Amino acid sequence: MSTSTAPSPRASLAPSVRRPWALWGLATLAVAVLLSPMVYLGVRVAEVTSEELAVILFQSRAAEFAANTIVLGVSVSLTALFAGVGIAVGIDRYRSRLRRVLLVIASLPLAIPSYLAAYGWLVIAPQLNGFVPSYLLLTGVTVPYVVLPVAARLRGLGGSHEMVARTLGRTPVSGFVETVWPQIRSSALAGALLVFLYTISDFGLVAMMRFHTLTWGVNAAYSASFNRSQAAVLALLVVLLAVIAVVGERNLRGHYSRPSANAPHRPALGRLVSGATGGLFWLPVVGGVVIPFVGLISRLAQAETLRAIDWPRLMEATGWTIAVALLAAVSATLIALPIAALASRLRIRATRTLESFGYLSHALPGIVVGLSLVFLSLRVVPALYQTLAILVFGYTVLFASKALGTTRAALDGVPVTLTMVARSLGETPWGVWRRVTLPLALPSIAIGALLVMVSTMKELPATLILRPTGVNTLATELWSRTVALEFGAAAPYAAILVVVAAIPAMFLGAVRSERGEMR
Amino acid sequence: MFRPAVGRTTTLIALAAFTLAGCQTPTPVAPSEPPTEAVEEGSVEAVEAEAESDNYLLVYSGRSESLVQPLIDQFVEETGIDVEVRYGNTPEMAALLLEEGEATQAGVFLAQDAGALGAISRAGLFTTLPDDIADAVPAGFTSTDGSWVGVTGRARVVVYDAETINEEDLPVTAEDIVSPKWAGQVGVAPTNASFQSFITAYRVLKGEGAAESWVGALVSNDPEIFENNTSILEAVESGVVPLGLINHYYWYQLAAERGEENMRSQLWFTEVGDPASIVNVTGAGVLTPALLDQDAYDFVSYLLSDTGQNYFVSTTYEYPLVPGIAAPEGLPSLESLVNPDLDLSDLETLSDSQQLLTRFGLL
Repeated sequence: MSTSTAPSPRASLAPSVRRPWALWGLATLAVAVLLSPMVYLGVRVAEVTSEELAVILFQSRAAEFAANTIVLGVSVSLTALFAGVGIAVGIDRYRSRLRRVLLVIASLPLAIPSYLAAYGWLVIAPQLNGFVPSYLLLTGVTVPYVVLPVAARLRGLGGSHEMVARTLGRTPVSGFVETVWPQIRSSALAGALLVFLYTISDFGLVAMMRFHTLTWGVNAAYSASFNRSQAAVLALLVVLLAVIAVVGERNLRGHYSRPSANAPHRPALGRLVSGATGGLFWLPVVGGVVIPFVGLISRLAQAETLRAIDWPRLMEATGWTIAVALLAAVSATLIALPIAALASRLRIRATRTLESFGYLSHALPGIVVGLSLVFLSLRVVPALYQTLAILVFGYTVLFASKALGTTRAALDGVPVTLTMVARSLGETPWGVWRRVTLPLALPSIAIGALLVMVSTMKELPATLILRPTGVNTLATELWSRTVALEFGAAAPYAAILVVVAAIPAMFLGAVRSERGEMR
Repeated sequence: MFRPAVGRTTTLIALAAFTLAGCQTPTPVAPSEPPTEAVEEGSVEAVEAEAESDNYLLVYSGRSESLVQPLIDQFVEETGIDVEVRYGNTPEMAALLLEEGEATQAGVFLAQDAGALGAISRAGLFTTLPDDIADAVPAGFTSTDGSWVGVTGRARVVVYDAETINEEDLPVTAEDIVSPKWAGQVGVAPTNASFQSFITAYRVLKGEGAAESWVGALVSNDPEIFENNTSILEAVESGVVPLGLINHYYWYQLAAERGEENMRSQLWFTEVGDPASIVNVTGAGVLTPALLDQDAYDFVSYLLSDTGQNYFVSTTYEYPLVPGIAAPEGLPSLESLVNPDLDLSDLETLSDSQQLLTRFGLL
């Protein structure tokens, strides 16, 4: 194994010492693959004349859509950032067994597709619409994206600095801000970025809540006027917002200090603080899981067509859902790995930029990714069109960013001292990577894979376009029954979808806490 | 019929000869083009140009599985043709077909609204249907050029909250719907194709100026904007909005789900000839790559057969479009609803309606 392919500890100290060209090549290729839908957007936008462009940008509702998207994206991600850090800190101060249970509960909102959350609420409170419900509900279902990485990072931290700060007379808050926050900032911001990208690309929830964002506009352009160029222009605006967010996050993230390998020790939380974080903890669980579920179940009880459940069909859809989610998790993790490894190893502007590009495709509305892969696969690999390969590729493009952040954080989190010790004991760079870095990073890498799994299970618009004819997932089955107003027949699919998605979601909580236990 | 009366066989022969003559892509030949001289009566080319069955058909359906699959199963059973169906929303299926273009494997596109069919037709992706199929449905309910055929009809109706509104207070015309009396109380879905067809009908029946003032009045009345017919119906059913503009059949479907006696909302037809009660159509067409696939034509014919039409009447509560088949019980007759010979698939006029809605900020 050539020394240039595997990250070596020395290189991460002095980036100029080694030039990992092969890693550069792999990472660049991976980013290019993730950005492939942009080619399609470029082709469609190029068809737009400048007059049409002016009409789309200035005479249609594009500006209003963009303003709505920005307001929603910023408010949801900021709220998720603060609430998520609060919840993670609150959970972190509990004893280990309780903490694990709490983390698992905190992960549950991830299992609820945003369209189901919105639907469940609308059953109970049909008058809900507009910004406020969209904002609250999206925050509720996305806050685990901040809670989980921050909680994991907190487990890996030593508490000694905070204790010292407190001994020196700092208040709990200023002690936290000065000692803990700098160490969790990177994880928290990466989570908030995922929340932002999720929010601006979400269609199901904002459509049900009748809040018109750019992604809503993209869908309206396809459905109202079959205007693919207008849709592409609006989708590019979404991408533009994503670029701004990714660059902003990169600048805010700043320098990251590697964790020390000492044992964690936490000062006790004040009663007021733990009360506040306790309240914060339950809000997303109740609002994002319990209430939507109650709504769904009450609708189920009203349905007259609650037919005998078609078990073989339900099982088949469950099987496909799990199968494609597993494939997507593996594929997304593999494609994120070289990007994360490069960004973690060489901390220079160029690698950070490359990593940032890897996040952009997550902001694309599912329908755009679906149609762009129809366009590309028919031209490049027509034999694979409407096969599982392209479907999994679509999920990879959509969700690799979820694996990217956690994988990079995982590799960053491996203490340099350990890799240096291994090197000094005569281990080759590849050996260090295989025997030290990878085992230490694996739990976090698994978290990325689980996030991709959960997201894939819930995905609908791209699945409808890219799936092989005849392949039905739980999400598509649920969709096909609700469009026919058969809520009774839809209910088993909704229930199984949530249960199946809850399994990886709960693993997310469990893996995080076990990782803490290991230290 | 104003449609160029060129039979399918003639077109096929012309096309086959065209292809065999060395032309690379089998682009659909304009129906007006004279049959190519290269074809002699009874020649090999002419025989090969006949549509043949391979006992396999891929259908793209913009109509939902639970509503059409039982009929398709029946078709499979009767004909032995293996039919695979890809389900999706009509606009997404149309977008998919537009991206696939001539590379599509689909033989038939079954769509929920005429606009989507018009988009495919304008992209040159539909073959011209043979006369026996195209002429089965009267003008106004089908395409003007034989590129697709209407299958079922849906009436535009007013749905109202029967717990809070008395029948005698209900609007009699489209103009009543936008009277100040209903300010803030009307649910509409402007992005939905069926609402846009209603606007088109209004423009055709009452003129551009009147349509503009109607939309202006609607907007100044602060309507509740919804995503689609279903969400309007749900909102009226749960008492959030007193009045909504939808297609009739959604109500029947929900009534089948919840039980008619449990329905809080009720349907109301505006007066005869009013644009608020026009008929929208669903339809089907054969895609150009399936030009020579007899299975595709058989399938579309089956949708128009007595079996097919009666299936829709009894299962989806839609209007049959083939003359001589009875409409669902309890509905006004199709003839009593306005049919201004609109070409609802005409995207130019659709685009004019959309621009009107865009000017008033509804799109």
